Parts: sequence; structure tokens; C-alpha cells
Amino acid sequence: MTSTLPPPERAGLKRPRISARTLRTDRWWTPPLWTVLGLTAFLVYGLVRVLQQDHYWVADYGYLTPFYSPCLSASCAPGSAHLGTLPWEFPWFLPYALFSLPFLLLFRFTCYYYRKAYYRSFWQAPTACAVREPHGRYTGESRFPMIGQNLHRYFFYAAALIAVINTYDAALALFHGREGGFGIGLGNLILIGNVVLLWVYTLSCHSCRHVFGGRLNSFSGRPVRYWMWTQISRMNSRHMLWAWVTLGTLVIADLYVALVASGTITDPRIYN
Amino acid sequence: MTKRTFHVWRGGGEGGLAQYEVEVNEGEVVLDVLHRLQATQCPDLAVRWNCKAGKCGSCSVEINGRPRLACMARMSTFEPEESITVTPMRTFPVIRDLVCDVSFNYQKAREIPSFTPSPDSEPGDFRMQQEDVQRMQEFRKCIECFLCQDVCHVIRDHEENKEAFAGPRFLMRAAELEMHPEDTADRRKISQEEFGLGYCNITKCCTEVCPEQIHITDNALIPLKERVADRQYDPLVWLGSKIGLRKGADTPVPPNTRKRTSSPEQ
Amino acid sequence: MSETTRHSYDVVVIGAGGAGLRAAIEARQQGKKTAVISKSLFGKAHTVMAEGGAAAALGNVNSSDQWQVHFRDTIRGGKFMNNPRMAELHAKEAPQRILELEYWGALFDRTPDGRISQRNFGGHEYPRLAHVGDRTGLEMIRTLQQRVVQLQQADAAEFGDPEAMLRVFPETTVTELLLDGEPGAEGSRVSGAFAYIRETGDFLVFEAPAVILATGGIGRSFKVTSNSWEYTGDGHALALRAGATLLNMEFVQFHPTGMVWPPSVKGILVTESVRGDGGVLRNSEGRRFMFDYVPDVFRDQYAETEEEADGWYADPANHRRPPELLPRDEVARAINNEVKQGRGSPHGGVFLDVSTRLPAEEIMRRLPSMYHQFKELADVDITAGPMEVGPTCHYVMGGVEVDADTGASVVPGLFAAGEVAGGMHGSNRLGGNSLSDLLVFGRRSGLGAASYLDGLGEDRPGIDDAAVERLRAEAAAPFERETGENPYQLQQEIQQTMNDLVGIIRRGSEIEQALESLDKLRERVAGVRAEGDTIYNPGWHLTLDLRNMLLVSEAVARAALMREESRGGHTRDDFPAMSAEWRRVNLVASLREGGIRLRRRPLDPLRPDLMELFDREELGKYLTEEEMPPAPRSGGSETAKEDK
Repeated sequence: MTSTLPPPERAGLKRPRISARTLRTDRWWTPPLWTVLGLTAFLVYGLVRVLQQDHYWVADYGYLTPFYSPCLSASCAPGSAHLGTLPWEFPWFLPYALFSLPFLLLFRFTCYYYRKAYYRSFWQAPTACAVREPHGRYTGESRFPMIGQNLHRYFFYAAALIAVINTYDAALALFHGREGGFGIGLGNLILIGNVVLLWVYTLSCHSCRHVFGGRLNSFSGRPVRYWMWTQISRMNSRHMLWAWVTLGTLVIADLYVALVASGTITDPRIYN
Repeated sequence: MTKRTFHVWRGGGEGGLAQYEVEVNEGEVVLDVLHRLQATQCPDLAVRWNCKAGKCGSCSVEINGRPRLACMARMSTFEPEESITVTPMRTFPVIRDLVCDVSFNYQKAREIPSFTPSPDSEPGDFRMQQEDVQRMQEFRKCIECFLCQDVCHVIRDHEENKEAFAGPRFLMRAAELEMHPEDTADRRKISQEEFGLGYCNITKCCTEVCPEQIHITDNALIPLKERVADRQYDPLVWLGSKIGLRKGADTPVPPNTRKRTSSPEQ
Repeated sequence: MSETTRHSYDVVVIGAGGAGLRAAIEARQQGKKTAVISKSLFGKAHTVMAEGGAAAALGNVNSSDQWQVHFRDTIRGGKFMNNPRMAELHAKEAPQRILELEYWGALFDRTPDGRISQRNFGGHEYPRLAHVGDRTGLEMIRTLQQRVVQLQQADAAEFGDPEAMLRVFPETTVTELLLDGEPGAEGSRVSGAFAYIRETGDFLVFEAPAVILATGGIGRSFKVTSNSWEYTGDGHALALRAGATLLNMEFVQFHPTGMVWPPSVKGILVTESVRGDGGVLRNSEGRRFMFDYVPDVFRDQYAETEEEADGWYADPANHRRPPELLPRDEVARAINNEVKQGRGSPHGGVFLDVSTRLPAEEIMRRLPSMYHQFKELADVDITAGPMEVGPTCHYVMGGVEVDADTGASVVPGLFAAGEVAGGMHGSNRLGGNSLSDLLVFGRRSGLGAASYLDGLGEDRPGIDDAAVERLRAEAAAPFERETGENPYQLQQEIQQTMNDLVGIIRRGSEIEQALESLDKLRERVAGVRAEGDTIYNPGWHLTLDLRNMLLVSEAVARAALMREESRGGHTRDDFPAMSAEWRRVNLVASLREGGIRLRRRPLDPLRPDLMELFDREELGKYLTEEEMPPAPRSGGSETAKEDK
């Protein structure tokens, strides 16, 4: 672009030459450290469980772990494939929930909170505020492949769909009582709790907030969308909390199903 | 009254920290102590300040490495034996001591297309509900202290990005105007392509340092990213513009407002 | 070595607060090449501190409000000493100026039907203050700043340079106005201004036939003040030295509620909205003492019991207003008296309590920046306990004597608007009238300067190079001195003198003492010394401000000594009553042989049609017998009284 303006910064002025990476005196490196540990632990656990291809279904009570929902391999345990299966058996390296897990992973990968979390901790851009980052060059999300972060909303749609399936799984499990028909055990409570929190996390998403009202320039005359936007905004202010809580509940739900399915513990029944 | 140890940046970019022992009284803030230094030990100590009540955003410095307003940093929040280091904002060139050349920000402010009401409207025509203005009012609390600009690693750690990146304060300004019910311009494309919204990796340091507690990231930058996604990364919009269905035009950067490219200093 | 650069403009506006920016915008819109000189960064002006709002009779909340009512409130607040033409223009034009601001992007709080909301404020009969929470001044500055940018963008498109027609010189201080002719001499007129850039110490010469002063007030001459360091009375002093006159400098407003603790923030303002929204003043005995201080002139407009006062917030139509909302001078004096009588709070103020009056959530919504201010600066939670407040120097009603319609001073080419101009607010300014004053008279002075230029044609004044050389030497002199005092020390002494001896309550003997001290200080200031170099050197800057502070302090003290009555922002212990004779007298200050000379000049009378807005009984409290309008024929001019 052409210009007739002189450069506004006076020649010769320099930024303060401070060699220290930061002059912060607090323990600024602890939050990213915890993030690395937390996310790594979850990924390792998830990987192990997904490749295990076992202990994901409690036939007696209809408990299906969210890590295997919907179960799509022809080798899925009888009754566990609520939406039917594909005609072939998956090899060891393919997760049974082939269609949902990648989208869930991408939903969280492109999530505005997780982005902050891993950019700071894994990518160190920046490690903490006012701490110099160790990169020579930085372009952020302005070019390929990181520009793909802008697709978050589509993964949100997919995640919402998958949350419907998880909800269906959890509801279905309520009709696997010991005597048949309706019944509730601790496992049901865990699965329902997990699903509820998954919904809170999913609906508190920034893209969701945008779609339901944020994109409007004027709320007047649109009371329903304003109400939805307000509610989503309230949940959204704790998006980070929901992001971590749901990692926890996913692990709890899966671990519980695994322990019951493997016979390590028995499911305490509350009713039937 | 107690004596405290202060390390204060003196000189220009090549300057350094000077150590002072200075009196501190109950209820004082860092700016008071800097003023006492001026009055008693170094009358030429340069520090910008105005209102002393956190409302004008002049006294932005870095205290123990954290970007803060010196008038809002109460001495009682430091440990009794802690020495206090005050340096100028790292992202901008130093004029002298704690005063920076912040003209970068005024330059960027000038590149954002201004509020553009419909040409058919007149003063007094607007009817807006409180819920319509409330979102933008949060952004207008901004006191332009430029601490968010200072802390943002995109330019703090990468001088070369200064040309391509307007910084949180001015991306927030773009977001504010985009949300205005009476505005007719469309700054989404230039937000991404000219003001560098894509450089923002939403690591939220701007929000952390904001003395007005504006949720810059959650309420301005992310909503703007979503609006940009509407415009730039939505297949339907893309198709619509290809076959000429899309209405409305992208507002360009106002002509002749960009400064000539100067070679990056670092 | 510092350099001197020359710039040529049509209009130079000194000051980048509300009035300065509005004046510059207007001058630019009139096609004049305009410069704005700002002592601090662009957008940091003291206007940002204004909290309550901008008064304008929009009638959005109460449709009975009209300019006549606003005018009446303004005159009442000013104790009938206002320049009536200014008060009239102000009341008439404020609504347009507010709407214009909205059109430039200001986001005021809204009414349920989508218009600009208005709030109650001390001295205003109806809810009248357009506001944005409690940060209206910030909104105004930012909007004007962004309007400047908008105009610059248009200029960039048209001329290829955003600064072709309107340029802001940030962190630049004017030390003297340049004249074509000798100050005070016949035919002498403004030809420009001499300034230095704070950042570099380089000097600037502005050649400009029209200069608009918009430098704000003089609060820094007092120890306890809500004003920032910039408020050293530059415009007042520049005007005096250029041969212009100052009006009624004795009227200095002390805001009743400034913070009193911690010491470092002593003086910082606690917005009047705290009281408008239900906050009450109590002394150490827990008594709402303001009921004891309602003066006779206001007796029938203010509540006499707490029940009645409390009813007003919800139902103002059927209750009289609480006495906490009396004009500022009354409240400030009352607090001053309570403290003197030993009924003050621990840190020497009184208690302002909103915590027992509103739920915490409501306080956070209505007074967010007050909540912050106390939390961050004093570690006090105003939703849980009372604040401690006391009077603080806030505003000077006196200022450059100007023509109401154009803002022109007596020196051709010199204009003034905003706080630096006198007359508009009489002896006491109503809260909320300042922001609208800035807009109304900022614009008018811009227009005035533009039409003055049109009248000049090719006959432009010239710059005297010898004067420039002399000013350059003067500005650099503090560096040359081998000995000399620390400017900070001298500043403190001026502040202490004015605070103690020409403060909120004055006495003839004390003022004389103050004048003596100021006289001695003058010699010391003349020998003040700056250390270091010229690059962003606050010590040097202060040495140059000191003489302005000293000059306006003398003007205030001399006028205060001469006016032997108590009225609005001027209270004499030795002359405690308001005098109808003194009401007719404007005190006009000018500079003669290095000292302040005062002349008495009659105040413009109220036009009969405006006089009719007041009933005879009220007029009788202020006017002399001969000024009173003829007794009404039965049932004559009683309408004005009805719409109370």
C-alpha cells in the first residue's frame, strides 16, 4: 500500500534490552506444567483403552463406555452396537468408535479453551504471559495448517450429534434392569452424569454461543435468541472448567465400565 | 514508614536497572513511590501518569515482570522483603526510563474503518435497546493503557509481526464496531487479512492483564473469529460469493492510512 | 541541542479534552487546517475522569424536561451569577450535541424504548444526565477521539495524508502564545503559539491566526484535588499573559466527596451518582446530617424527614429530594463543618454509605468503577461498608472572559472553551453541566474561530522571530542555572498555601497572608532549576508549569479577597452572607506589570422572558430591589412554578 506518512516511531529509539526471558518472580511455569501432565495422562489413557478393544460393554446392564460409542466394528460385542455395525471387523489399530472419536478429538483440539491450553503448555507460545517464547518465527493461526482452527463450528455440530448418541446410550442403559425393564445402578448415574456434563461442555462452546445469538448485531425483537445467548454466555464463562471436568468424567465413566465389564467390581444396584 | 528496595529502568533501550532505597508509607501504590523518587532522588525520572485512579491508562509499566498500571499496584500486595523491579513496556521503544513510544497503537487505531452509520440516518434516529449496547459497552470500558498490546506475544516476542498485527486492543475495536446495530460497514475480511486476527492464538494474556477486566478474548476476539469464519470459512458463503449471490461488500482499509514499511529493528 | 520546527495552521487548539477535541472537530468541519496540542497522550485528557454524565434536556425519561427547566436549574445552581446568554445557549444546544455524539458512535445507556437514558443528579430537577454507567467522560473522550480519526481517514482518502487537515500533537506543552503586537495593546492579535515536545524537548512554533484555549482547570494549585497533574492553569495563564481577561476566579468548586484515604489517593473523586442512586452521608454519630444544612433558598425543594427523602428515589413526583443532592457547594461546606465539629470519620472525612441502601448486585451494576476504585485503591468493599469522603478541589468556575456565542476573548484570534472559559457556571457548577458545556462551547468556539478566519481574509498576523528566540531561551533557562530549588518542593508549597489559606472556607486575613506567601514564592520560582537533559524530563516540565500555577493562584487569591460575600464556590468566613449587590459584580482580572489587577464589571441582567422562569419569591433571595421584575398582574407568570 502506498503512503506519504513518515514512520511514526522516531529513528534510533529501541525497545528495552532486557536479556532475562522474564522478570516475573512468581511460579509462572506451574500452570503449563499441570496442563501437559493432565492432557498427556488423558491421551495415554484414552489411547490404551481405545486400542484395548475389550471391556467396553456391560451386557447385563447395557453400560457402553463413551469411548466406544457408537460401536461400528462387526466384532462389537452383541448388543453394544446401538446403531448397527459396518460389515467388516476392525483391525487392532482402528478404534471401534471410528466415526465419532476423530470428530470428538477434533472438537476438543479446535476448542478455544484447549487451544489456549496446548499453545501455552506444549507449543510454548507463550509459556506464560510476559515470558518470552522460544520460537524464532510466529504466524499463529494465520496460515495452513493452523488456519483450520476456524473449522471449529463444524466439529461442534458433529460433537452435538455425538452427544445425542451418548445420551441415547445412557438412556438405553436405564432399561437393562436385573429383572428386565427399568433399573438403576451406580453405573447409570455415572453415565448420566457424564452425558449431562458433556452437554454442558458442548453447549458452552464459543461457536455454539456465536450460532445461537452471538452473530446477531441486534437482540431487540429476538427475545428467544437473546435468552439462549445469555444462558450460553453464562456457561461459556466457565468453559475451561467444563473442559477439564468432562475429561475427568469421561475417564471415570470409561474406567467404571471397564472395571465392571472385566468383572473387577460389581455394579451396586439402586433399583432393579 | 519502611524502606524498600526498588530497581528502576533508567535510560533508553540500552539503559539498565538502577537500584534505589526509598521510603514507603501505608496505603501507597508503586506510582507514589516513583513520585517520591522524583521528588527526592532523581527529579528527571520519566514516568507517564495522569489520573492516578486507574481511569486514564497512562502509567503502564512492568512491575516484577508483569504488565500493570503503576497507580493500581498497591505496595501492600508485595512481600515485606521483596524488592520491586519496574521496567518500561517491553513491546514498545523506550523514550526514556519508564516512558515508551506508543505511537504504534495510534497508527493501528487509524487503520480500522470508523463507525459507519447508514447515510440515510441522522443524529437522534437511533433506537437501541440496553441489551444491544451492553456487549459493546464492555469493550468501551477500555482505557487504552495498551497493556494488552504490550503483553501479546505476537508482537512482544516478534517485532516483525507488528506490521501485520493490530493487537488485541484494536481487534477488539473492530469487534465492537462489527456488533454495533447501526453500523453498516463489514470489517470481517480485513480483520483477518489486514489486522492479523489469525495471528491471535487466544492464549488470553490480554485478558489477564486488562486492568478494566474486559474479557477481551472471550467476548471480543473469539466472537470476531467466529464472525470471520462466517465470512471466510463457510462453504455456503463461499459458494454464494462465487455465484454472485452474496450481498454487501467488504470494507477496505481506509486508503493512505498505513505507514510506510520500516525495516524491523530486531 | 533542541531543535525548533515551524508549523502553519489555521486554527490551533490547545488542549485535547472534551472541549478541545470538539472545537478541533468543528474547525476541521468548517474546512480549517487544525492542530490539536495535547499535554498528555491523545485520549488521556482529564475529561475521562468525569463520571456522572452529561446534562441535556432530552426529556427521554421525564418528558416534562425542556431547555427552560435546565436553564433555570443552571442559574439556580450558579446562584444567579451565570452569564445568562451562555446558560441559555448551553441548555438549548446540549441535546443536539449529545445526539451528535451518539451518531459518532457513543453508546449511552438506554431507556426501555431504546432512547438515551438519563439519570438524576444534584441540582437537576428532572433525570437529565445522559450517561454510561459511571464512566461517561471516558465514553465522550473516546468518541471524540474516534471522530477525529474518522475525519483523518476521510482526509487520507482525499489528500493522501491523514494529517493533512487535522493533526494531534501529543505530549506537547504550549509555554506562550505568540502575538502580533504587544500584550494588551490596541490592535494586538494572536499569531500563534510556542510549544515544546515533552518527549524530546524540541521546540515548536505554530503560526496560526486563531488559537482556542481548552486547557481545563487549575486544580493542581491545591493540595487536595481531584485534578491530574495537567491542571496547572496553563490556559488561564497564557490568556493573561496575552492580554486577555479572567472572570470571577474566586469561584472554585470543591467537590463534596473525594476519597480521604489512603493518603496517596486523597482527593480522587467519588462520583455524585453514589448519592443520586441512594447513597447517604452520615457523621461519626450515625446521623444523616445533611438535613441540618438545607439553606433557606432551597428549603421548599428538599425533604425534611428521612422517610420523605427515601421515598424520592422510587417516586420523585410525590416526594421532595433528599438533601444529599443539594448543590455541591452546600454539601461540601456541610461536610467541612461536620469534620470541624469533631464528628468526622477516622481519616478526617464523613461516611458515605450505599451498602445499606442497595443490594450488592445493584451497586456493582450501577457503580462498577466506584466499586473498583475503592477495592483496588483503598481495599474497601463499598457493597459491605461505608466509604470515607471529604471535599476536594474539583473545578474552577472562573476563567477566560469570552463572548457567549463565539468563545472569543478580548484578544482578537484568542478563543476559549470548556473549564478554562468563565461565566457559564456562575458561582457554582451543577454536576453534569461540565460535559455538556464542553460540547456546546467547544463547538461554538470552533465555529467562532472559523468565522474569525473568514473575516481575516489575507490579512494574517505575522510571527515575531525575536519573541520566538526569547521564549526559547526562557524555556531552556532552568537548565542553565547552577543553583536553584527543586521544583517539586515549590509546587508543594504553592499547593499547601492555596489549600490552607484560599481553600474551601476563606478569611480576609488569611488570603492576605496567602498573597504574601505567593509573592515570596514568585522569586523562588524564577530561580528554579532543572536537572538532567531535555528528553522526557518531568522535573523540567514542572519548572515551566510552576509560573502558570503561581499566576492563577494569585488571580484566585486576589479575587477571593475582593469579593466580600459568600456565594457558591466562594465562602468567606468574615462575610458569610450572600449579597444582592455583589451578585451584580463580575470581577475581571488582567495582567498589568507582572501582577494581577482586578476591575469590577456589571453582570449581564437576565432577559425578562428568562426572568419569568423564576417566581418573585425566589428572585427576591438573589436580586436587588431595583432588578426585580414588576409585580405580576394576578395569575400572571406563575406557570413556571407549576411544573416543579
